[in-house]
Amino acid sequence: MTAIPVQTDATALTGTNPAPTAAGPRRKPRGTAQQRFPFLRNKKAVTGLVILGFFTLLALIGPWIAPFDPNAISKDILQGPSATHWFGTSHLGQDVLSQIIVGTRSVMLVGLVTGVIATVLSVIVGVSAGFLGGVSDEILSALSNIFLVIPALPLIIIIAGQLPDAGGMTIALILAATGWAWGARVLRAQTLSLRRRDFVEAARANGESTWRIVWFETLPNLTAIIASSFIGTVTFAILSQTTLAFIGVTSIKSWSWGTVLYWAQSGQALHRGAWWWFVPAGLCIALVGMALTFINFGIDEFVNPRLRSAGTSAKDMRRRGIRPRIGFTAIDRSAMATSRRRAVAPPAHPDAWAPETTPSPKSPPTKEPKR
Amino acid sequence: MKYFARRIFIYVLTAWAAVTINFFIPRLMPGDPVQSLINRKQGQISADAAQSLYVLFGLDKNTNMLEQYIAYWQQLLRGDLGLSFANFPTPVSEVLAQSLPWTIGLVGIATIISFVLGSLIGVLIGWRRGTWADGILPVATFFSSVPYFWLGLIAIMLFSITWKIFPTGGAYDGGLIPGWDLDFIVSVLQHGALPALTIVLSSVAGWILGMRNMMVTVTSEDYVTVAQAKGLSESNVMFGYAARNAVLPQVSSFALSLGFIVSGTLVTEMVFSYQGIGFTLFQAIGAKDFPLMQGAFLVITLSVLAANILADVAYVFLDPRTRQEG
Repeated sequence: MTAIPVQTDATALTGTNPAPTAAGPRRKPRGTAQQRFPFLRNKKAVTGLVILGFFTLLALIGPWIAPFDPNAISKDILQGPSATHWFGTSHLGQDVLSQIIVGTRSVMLVGLVTGVIATVLSVIVGVSAGFLGGVSDEILSALSNIFLVIPALPLIIIIAGQLPDAGGMTIALILAATGWAWGARVLRAQTLSLRRRDFVEAARANGESTWRIVWFETLPNLTAIIASSFIGTVTFAILSQTTLAFIGVTSIKSWSWGTVLYWAQSGQALHRGAWWWFVPAGLCIALVGMALTFINFGIDEFVNPRLRSAGTSAKDMRRRGIRPRIGFTAIDRSAMATSRRRAVAPPAHPDAWAPETTPSPKSPPTKEPKR
Repeated sequence: MKYFARRIFIYVLTAWAAVTINFFIPRLMPGDPVQSLINRKQGQISADAAQSLYVLFGLDKNTNMLEQYIAYWQQLLRGDLGLSFANFPTPVSEVLAQSLPWTIGLVGIATIISFVLGSLIGVLIGWRRGTWADGILPVATFFSSVPYFWLGLIAIMLFSITWKIFPTGGAYDGGLIPGWDLDFIVSVLQHGALPALTIVLSSVAGWILGMRNMMVTVTSEDYVTVAQAKGLSESNVMFGYAARNAVLPQVSSFALSLGFIVSGTLVTEMVFSYQGIGFTLFQAIGAKDFPLMQGAFLVITLSVLAANILADVAYVFLDPRTRQEG
């Protein structure tokens, strides 16, 4: 890989720098998971991953660990949370907790399938638009602009509403068909800026084929953006799927969080004061959405070091006597120390760890008046 | 002006695409849900109205696709969207014309409040990075991840059922006759407050986060440092230099995410039974009223397009670079 990682900085390079040394095998940096995956040093990203992991686990083993059959009708009608029914019961005496646990699978599955299909679509459209340029670019950009402007939900409603029976996978396909445009737009912009970088020009001068340039020079540098557009699409898919189920457009036979809310609404949960019926499902959606957003923040901060406040929470900064002002970029000294140590090992360019985006040392980028 | 011409071209293209999608969807669907509905209403539909529905839904088997497409356009340009099945025999255009002002009033005002408020808070948080203000971020993230309609449910539960401060639904008191008198206006404001609050609360977070991140990025630009070095007042640097530049991507993302926002707010109307387009669409789904659904989609898309054009005009005012000739 000859590509230079884009817009990463010191901490990022400690783990991802392929150390382009000609002589000798590449030494694998040994250390804790945190050092190997600098992404994990980001607290927000870790929080997001943990929450997401919990719901993924629930999606996998949900049907086996649910305490009741979600469809089973019992005599405990509209009961509040208790030891047997943690989240209470519905108007038919069904266990709400079991419905949510069982429903996790379809929510996560629709999110995943939509995310994968839409991301593939957006990579194809975005990268080719950025690379081909000219008329093809105009056509592809116009296409993604059209899909961005058309409001997705009413479109999905008129498609799904006219289908005889819209199940989970149908919905995932429709959502993917309507949700790829944002990613394509972002990817096109980034590809355009990459296309003129020196390493791509060098590859072209070397006579590498366009396919090779796309696959091995461009795509690796788009990883972070692809990941963040994937996560954005998954969030969109989960929210849309829940909304569609809630308004009763999709099949109400299978359980999902939206179906729980649909039954709560049609069962007059609000007017009967049955808050336990609709509060947990919404909180689950919010938790998953929040987890995904946190992961996206992690990626954002990974890509754009200016957004990073590594280890500089408000309290921490006050303790160290730092007053954040304009033009302030927090520097994580410990991270720099480790990266410097690593950067010394291979005969790398002395400035290799200096990211393109951070201000050059000549300008006064930091204002850290010590008290 | 070149910038503007380009944008207008995109919008014309989008409008054409929306109409074309609307034309093809019923033709690509398996089965003939509309045919069965027409059959059920047989005798109640006049020959003219039936012909109009045949054209809209491609049930006229004697013509080829191109002829159907041309006939469809001709009908649309006359403003004929067919008959609504649920509100039989009212034309779809009439049903939508009644509900559109409510949606524009509620969604328009709430979205603008949310955008302005969110951007202002974002400027302040971005400027005071690393102070207590950062504590707003996790809260904002939570609210941006919550579905609009669920927040609506919670709002109804708290403010209409537990504490009876606001009415649970509807756009005005059923006992009043719509008109420009004080009682009616007060009633409209009372009914609109809770849905508007819900929309603002769930969409403001996105603007806060976007603006904050742009501010953080912009404040390390050289021109901000220079402005600071010149000794300009802090508020001047904050609003005149940093925010002025940070708001540009915010406005263009406002235009682009309008589609998402409108989708979310339509569902809010459904929860509050607020008689706008969203609620009309909701009723159309329940009643399998396909002409109304298709018409609603078209009207929503065209409204979003119009809002996009307004956002573009605002962008041209804010960014002098787009006004440069050549």
